[in-house]
Amino acid sequence: MNSGNRRGLPGALLTLLLAWLVLYPILVVVAEAARGDAIAVFLSRGGEWHALWASLWISLASVALAAAVGVPLAFLFEWLDFPGRKTLGSVIALPAVLPPFVGVIAFLFLYGESGFVARAVQHVLGLERAPWRLQGAGAILLVHAYSMYVYFYLFTRAGLAKLDASMLEAAQALGAGRWETLRRVTLPLIRPALAGAALLVFMTALGSFSAPYVFGGGFRVMTTQIVATKLNGELPLAMVETVALAGVALGGLLILRHTEGDDILVALGKGTAPRRRPIQSVGGRALATAAGWLLALLLLLPHLTLGLVSLVPYGTWTTEAVPPVLSVVNYQRLFGEPERLRPLVNSLWMAAASTAAAVALALVAGALVGRRRPGRIPWRGPIEGLLALPWALPGTVFAVALATTFSVQHPWALRWVLVGTVVLLPLGLLVRNLPLTGRAVLAGFRQLDPALEEAAASLGAGRWAAFRRVTLPLLRPALAAGASLAFVAALGDFVTAIVLYTYDNRPISIEIMSSLRLSELGVAAAFGVILMGLSALVLAVGARR
Amino acid sequence: MTPFVRLDGVSKRFDTAVAADGVTLEVERGEVLALLGPSGSGKTTLLRLLAGFEQADAGRMIIDGADVGGLSPARRRCGMVFQHYALFPHLDVGENVAFGLRGKKPGGRVTVERQVAAVLALVDLAGFERRRVQELSGGQQQRVALARALAPEPRVLLLDEPLSNLDPALRERTRRELRQLIKRVGITTLFVTHEQEEAFDLGDRVAVLAAGRLDQVGTPDDLYERPASLFVATFVGRANVFRGAAAHALGGADGQIVVVRPEAFRFSEIGIPGVVKERRYTGAAAFYLVDGGRGERFEVLAAPGAARVGDRVFVEATRVLTFAEERE
Repeated sequence: MNSGNRRGLPGALLTLLLAWLVLYPILVVVAEAARGDAIAVFLSRGGEWHALWASLWISLASVALAAAVGVPLAFLFEWLDFPGRKTLGSVIALPAVLPPFVGVIAFLFLYGESGFVARAVQHVLGLERAPWRLQGAGAILLVHAYSMYVYFYLFTRAGLAKLDASMLEAAQALGAGRWETLRRVTLPLIRPALAGAALLVFMTALGSFSAPYVFGGGFRVMTTQIVATKLNGELPLAMVETVALAGVALGGLLILRHTEGDDILVALGKGTAPRRRPIQSVGGRALATAAGWLLALLLLLPHLTLGLVSLVPYGTWTTEAVPPVLSVVNYQRLFGEPERLRPLVNSLWMAAASTAAAVALALVAGALVGRRRPGRIPWRGPIEGLLALPWALPGTVFAVALATTFSVQHPWALRWVLVGTVVLLPLGLLVRNLPLTGRAVLAGFRQLDPALEEAAASLGAGRWAAFRRVTLPLLRPALAAGASLAFVAALGDFVTAIVLYTYDNRPISIEIMSSLRLSELGVAAAFGVILMGLSALVLAVGARR
Repeated sequence: MTPFVRLDGVSKRFDTAVAADGVTLEVERGEVLALLGPSGSGKTTLLRLLAGFEQADAGRMIIDGADVGGLSPARRRCGMVFQHYALFPHLDVGENVAFGLRGKKPGGRVTVERQVAAVLALVDLAGFERRRVQELSGGQQQRVALARALAPEPRVLLLDEPLSNLDPALRERTRRELRQLIKRVGITTLFVTHEQEEAFDLGDRVAVLAAGRLDQVGTPDDLYERPASLFVATFVGRANVFRGAAAHALGGADGQIVVVRPEAFRFSEIGIPGVVKERRYTGAAAFYLVDGGRGERFEVLAAPGAARVGDRVFVEATRVLTFAEERE
């Protein structure tokens, strides 16, 4: 076919480029891991198995905890009506604007050994030392539950909003009570949404690095284990660990994908979603509202803590329950000293560059294989798969893979020495961004009515003009959504940076880390506040229709 | 004989709209009652009130001698067939039908399976147990919905626009089958429709609703021959409405409105003069649109060769219905 051939070549080129970016480094790692006796070392050390098992059970426990918090909340906000429901409903999604690493340090300031809550308890009870240490599996799970229940909350709400009220009424008319209806009709019907959220939480928790890194202490999960092994100089072993973690991720992905089974539940009815039931009793309404605001406050505490700590000048807060001095001196130093401003500039340019490149690649992919067209589209499967692959693997895996691949000079094998240059970290961020922009842009192309481009063509617009004047404007919301998510992810990135940064391109998260090491809590918090504010701003702009 | 289902002064408001305004209605055991009305007349609300999906603001609802007003839908034992069927997409045909049977019958799985098979056979879908509901045609889905509603042996069957989701070619056949099935089961049935033909064909009696009020309940003949209100006269069947002088000329008293059915007119040597403007041939007869001057236009049903377009004719009414002028 003529048109097939014409599209075949660019498709093949894009596939090769993507394969070099996302698949090749993984293969290099697998090959490195297979060399020598690293596998035997891995198998013989109990610590490795512990870390792998810890990664797995922490991820599963995170799914359970996030579901336990997010699902009931979704039902509450979707099915019941009470004063303040709308405002609270959006406040509840706020943990999403907290970049993982910033969230972790906010928790440190709030619930850590010398955090506000610990100090308050210490003062009230008159204790000698802090009443607890925020460390180990419990601390990691606490952070995970806080930051990941949002997935369950949002997915379940979306699922419930699509539910057909007459299904529930049918169950009732057939004699099913409220619980029975929930168990036998509602939950099975929203199963795809629940499975989607579970998958997302599982993958996020498995790849989570910040929380185990800061709170882990002696408790190692695979992501922190890999970085520690690499720092120890045991590179072959780090490769094996990377492959092991990748294997767990792919296994989890396959199993959860299998349970999703979304094709069964094609909606039959055309009914409307159930009406929200107002809480009738005055006491019930007051209770729901009070509980809602209490919850909102609890969710906002990390954000508020960060803001407060950022106002504490260095060395002024020692044993008091609340900081005695507040000033904006940290912000002044941050913007006044070029050395401190540098990480902010670094983060911004790297996030912008990696996002722009990821959007460009996604657009090319969409233009080549994204449109709805009858018949088989050459290279569609490989391109979509390669775009999604980085999502299926933890960030540490990719960071290590890139660092390994681009540490030798073999131009004929498409490998150059990029380690130690400022290029490698943005390249890593680009790879991490590909699934975000790719998913959004491909979905945008799929929703496009092919007749619109045909109409433009019949009105005399050439290929490029039709793309610029019709396709691109229609894709704008998808582009904005994908780009804003990618930008925020790159801006707040910690896991890729800790493996790939150099002094010259050190990003905000690394600077926060070193500020913490120097006990400059105020500066660290100020960076966190700026990161949080930028993230919220970019997400708000991206969500605008 | 006491009625099996009785609504007594049932009222329901939604925000500003009145959906049921003091409706009082009785249905005999085994009777099929059609609730007929234009959209927004509150007919579906009445059904949902009876099923328990809505709570009445006032009035009582009695089924088989017991007030069901306080019961949850799950305990009313009303079988409901929804407009879009509401079949559970995560369950197959057999599981859908068995849904209401769980935990009710002694004897467990085997009994349930036997019952499912029996009720599926009743709707002519024997052997369909393991089919996915998405694979079924619209007519088959409708019958599964009916089987599912009938399986727990409800006291009353409620049908919400049972045929509206089918294409017209299928509708008439399905209507006939539905009628036979309901009569065979002998279940007391209320069904909602906005189509007069459907109401007349399926209903033993028809209740006409307008703006939440019950205008008239009666047999199809009653409604057509002796409509209780101008609304019923115009909503049920074709009707020519005359006011003022024209009404007077047809024998109406002062302030009365006169309604004449097309077939109650005939061409004659005396009566209202007019010109035939259009002729619509329907086979056995033809409709003639006659312009009586001063903006009066009316329809006459007569033999296909009774007149031609352009003819000057006189029209005489053999039977008129008179109503008091409505007070706004």
